[in-house]
Amino acid sequence: MSQDTLFDKVWDLHKVSQLPGGSDQIFIGLHLIHEVTSPQAFGALKDKKLKVKFPDRTVATVDHIVPTDNQSRPFKDNLAEQMIETLEKNCLEHKIRFFNIGSGNQGIVHVVAPELGLTQPGMTIACGDSHTSTHGAFGSIAFGIGTSQVRDVLATQTIAMNKLKVRQIWCDNKLSKGVYAKDLVLHIINELGVKAGVGFAYEFGGPAIEKLSMEERMTICNMSIEGGARCGYINPDEKTFSYIKNKLCAPKNKHWDKALTWWKSLKSDENSIYDDVIKLDASKVEPTVTWGITPGQSVGINQQIPLLEEFSPNDKLVAEEAFEYMSFEPGQSIKDIPVEVCFIGSCTNGRISDLRIAAKVLKDKKISKNVKAFVVPGSEKVANEAKREGLDQIFKDSGFQWREPGCSMCLAMNSDKLIGNQVSASSSNRNFKGRQGSPSGRTLLMSPAMVAAAAINGKVSDVREFIK
Amino acid sequence: MKSKFSPPIGKITQIKGRCISLIGNDIDTDRIIPARFLKCVNFDSLGKSVFKDDRETLKGKHPFDLEENKNATILIVNSNFGCGSSREHAPQALMRWGIKGIIGESFADIFYSNCIAIGIPCLTLPKKSIQEIQKNKDNKFLFLEIDLKNSLAKSKDLSLKLEIKESSRKMFLLGEWDATATLLENESLIENKYKDLPYLEFNSDLL
Repeated sequence: MSQDTLFDKVWDLHKVSQLPGGSDQIFIGLHLIHEVTSPQAFGALKDKKLKVKFPDRTVATVDHIVPTDNQSRPFKDNLAEQMIETLEKNCLEHKIRFFNIGSGNQGIVHVVAPELGLTQPGMTIACGDSHTSTHGAFGSIAFGIGTSQVRDVLATQTIAMNKLKVRQIWCDNKLSKGVYAKDLVLHIINELGVKAGVGFAYEFGGPAIEKLSMEERMTICNMSIEGGARCGYINPDEKTFSYIKNKLCAPKNKHWDKALTWWKSLKSDENSIYDDVIKLDASKVEPTVTWGITPGQSVGINQQIPLLEEFSPNDKLVAEEAFEYMSFEPGQSIKDIPVEVCFIGSCTNGRISDLRIAAKVLKDKKISKNVKAFVVPGSEKVANEAKREGLDQIFKDSGFQWREPGCSMCLAMNSDKLIGNQVSASSSNRNFKGRQGSPSGRTLLMSPAMVAAAAINGKVSDVREFIK
Repeated sequence: MKSKFSPPIGKITQIKGRCISLIGNDIDTDRIIPARFLKCVNFDSLGKSVFKDDRETLKGKHPFDLEENKNATILIVNSNFGCGSSREHAPQALMRWGIKGIIGESFADIFYSNCIAIGIPCLTLPKKSIQEIQKNKDNKFLFLEIDLKNSLAKSKDLSLKLEIKESSRKMFLLGEWDATATLLENESLIENKYKDLPYLEFNSDLL
């Protein structure tokens, strides 16, 4: 059992009681909601005649279903309109703060909360979305929950949960040029497998992690869940504190000083005990691309897709399924696979630094005529900053479409979808069968820089050739 | 759809029924219920859309379309079942199709919590036992009784020891898997915790 890690400290602080069954009752310090997983929870609250216990601890935005071409109301899609209306009504009725479209603060929930300073070290954060692990980048304990647990958080501000084990993932050295946080996390998931994290929280540490910016750290923690870990976190440091400072909801004046003292006390102790420790060398990571139907099925850009006999008996079944679905050959190079759609966005890689990196690759270049490419900023704030820096123009000049903020084709709940068995180069987080809106669509996950390179060449390419 | 859906209530001590096998590791919640069906404000109509894309691809040959599985209630799966998205729509769709319990090699964390929260016990067996059940064609194993008191899966000539988290097992036996009421019993402890947390004061400027 882990001891004296940040996870232990934050968990123990938020423990309200031990329940009769033996699981812990944990207080949720910040609850984030959106339009997809909350309506049934509010419905259940009504059925049980319960109120929202602490409306000040829940914050809402709208992201999954929003169109990215035309956001004027009512939405063209009646069901999407009904969902946003339901959220508006629920927030109004229960006095929950809602960052709606046009507020200047709307966007993907996991982009919005950090940029508003809502996400802070030492908090427990829950949201009806598996990528809630993103917020762990700030040294909070953040995890996705289902709708029944959303109901429980609304009604009681607590949930029933068993304490997770803690695995430290220690990343030595540093990432080389042209290799990004996305490559590192894809590499980690490939090394450990997509189910290694079940029952664990992942603590990411080591020199390579310390060197990452806050936005890169969010990319890492965001994809913990793709490795099976419901929660991933990084010990807070000066970068964490300076990112939060002066944000809209950050502590101010004397509260800031108090917050800082407390935040500094949270990190895992030098001699803390972990349930497991994994070490890897970040300097060995190459630009990484997925070729299959799980985020663990990836290779470095200069590698070949593995042969069937290279898989362990446990992984062979899914590998066979992946070859059949993707129509790629075992042993084929990942490089030069043609792509038809390029998507930059999502809670993994839709932040301003992601857009800056992609724009740098695209500047003064044109994308391939065979590619449809679009960029969906992670939030209104990201979009406004990108426009201020002229990034939107660079994207447009290259042939990318510039869209409005939302989750978009990460999960294709709006009209941004693959058609047929199109291959997409995507900066998002999941390459599951049918994930991007077509039951036979094929997704190759990669960093935003690699998506930009793929868009230019019309095929999977090594971005390092563009940034010499 | 089959007979009218009624959700489980109270204590869950046993589940009897026909098994339906679904072979494959890492079956994610996008496959269980594709995202386009999440455009809804209640769960009522999800049952018919469970595994929609997989079923259409297999044109009637998917286990959820086979006549012999029509009345199945116990789903037999392999490892890391329910990985990916936290959508409770996935277990809700399975439940509304008719699934009352799941036996597998392993389950993804959020999917597991969602199942417990809506009254679907998820139990595990070693890979070998799962494969034995999944391969069986002579109907010997196809009717099972899950006994949660003793953590056993029984059929006419078989008794398998099932694994389940003790806290989950107790919640089913006590009828406390629908956690809201249990959590609310500690209302004063919750209020004390709210007052005690250091960061609520830091955030008092805006929240």
